[in-house]
Amino acid sequence: MSASEILPLDLDALYRDSNVDASLEALERELIGLAPVKQRVREIAALLLVEKLRRSVGLQAEAPPLHMSFTGNPGTGKTTVAMRMASILHGLGYVRKGHLVAVTRDDLVGQYIGHTAPKTKEVLKRAMGGVLFIDEAYYLYRPENERDYGQEAIEILLQVMENQRDDLVVIFAGYQDRMERFFASNPGLASRVAHHVEFPDYGADELFAIAGLMLDRMQYVLSEPAAKALREYIALRKTRPNFANARSIRNALDRARLRQANRLFERRGGPLTPEMLSTIEGEDIRASRVFNGEEPHP
Amino acid sequence: MMTNQGNRITQGQFSFLPDLTDAQITKQLEYALQNGWAVGIEYTDDPHPRNTYWEMHGNPMFDLKDPAGILTEINACRKTFPNHYVRVTAFDSTRGVESPRMSYLVNRPAREAGFNVVREERGGRSVGYTIHSYATDKPEGERN
Repeated sequence: MSASEILPLDLDALYRDSNVDASLEALERELIGLAPVKQRVREIAALLLVEKLRRSVGLQAEAPPLHMSFTGNPGTGKTTVAMRMASILHGLGYVRKGHLVAVTRDDLVGQYIGHTAPKTKEVLKRAMGGVLFIDEAYYLYRPENERDYGQEAIEILLQVMENQRDDLVVIFAGYQDRMERFFASNPGLASRVAHHVEFPDYGADELFAIAGLMLDRMQYVLSEPAAKALREYIALRKTRPNFANARSIRNALDRARLRQANRLFERRGGPLTPEMLSTIEGEDIRASRVFNGEEPHP
Repeated sequence: MMTNQGNRITQGQFSFLPDLTDAQITKQLEYALQNGWAVGIEYTDDPHPRNTYWEMHGNPMFDLKDPAGILTEINACRKTFPNHYVRVTAFDSTRGVESPRMSYLVNRPAREAGFNVVREERGGRSVGYTIHSYATDKPEGERN
């Protein structure tokens, strides 16, 4: 073959056609921080694009196994990233439908002998063509009870993960330390999970930016003192027990909205402007129990 | 004279065509899922046309997005019952009942027994006709 016959390979065009950049951009825009996670998602996207290109020129290109494990503390965005991952994999043509089926132990493990296999298989069938997200996956394996049916669910999962890897991608999610123990006690599973992605905790500035995004979406604004109060709130809340990162911030904002509505309601009769309806004041946040040293809401 | 050469029964869709390949079955399943129909797999060893209630291989599959799961079940059923008739039925629930919208065979016995016509003498020289499935001549479990 002469050089002129070799078509220049256009990775850029493939990238544009796959609509992956829209998904990646949304990931960048809508998720604050999480630099290692974004890096990993980018790498996976790049790998799939290159594989696609390799296939187009007849090079050996076996679909890489893409089962993943997402580990991190609560509220660090594991489910959100999983949802994005499903649409990215769909854009790259790795999964056919791109839907996400989120399950926990209850959806996979049965109550009595012979109940587990059909239950697990049904969930797997529903997830085919998309992504199966198993939250708190370590509950599947309960070493303290040798008659637990979780092991059976794991075996069926393993079989499908191995034999039908074109049909679905499985993502295991949970807390870091427990997931490590879970994988250590199930070496068959660990060896079939190719990508281990760690979700770091958010810093105070990142949490503040997340609060900004959430408020934008709900069409609220913070007044100057409220922004200051929120920064102080985040610093205090981070040191308290049961801190669940972005989820705690979301709950705090929901309670601030409640107090704002109550404040407006109690001063009814006075003048009310649209700005007042959408502004959260400092007092709405400072009324939180965190400021007077009480046990916070989760 | 043999009216049905090769003794292939013709029930459901596509039954006058050569057997569907897995790729073709997948396309049909895809169509059913696009319409939001639930797909069930049934099998029988008695293909009498009046035998409308075949055994179910598992429950009908609801809320599926992709045909891969159904094809897995079809293959599991074929493996368990290689010499039975296996059909796939798609049920439409939009009218409040699960009414069959599609139904086609996906597996046949290697040798199909077929049917014979049974004539019954009745009073007044009238004759009653019925068909009889050769497959049911043997007891259940020994057929095919």
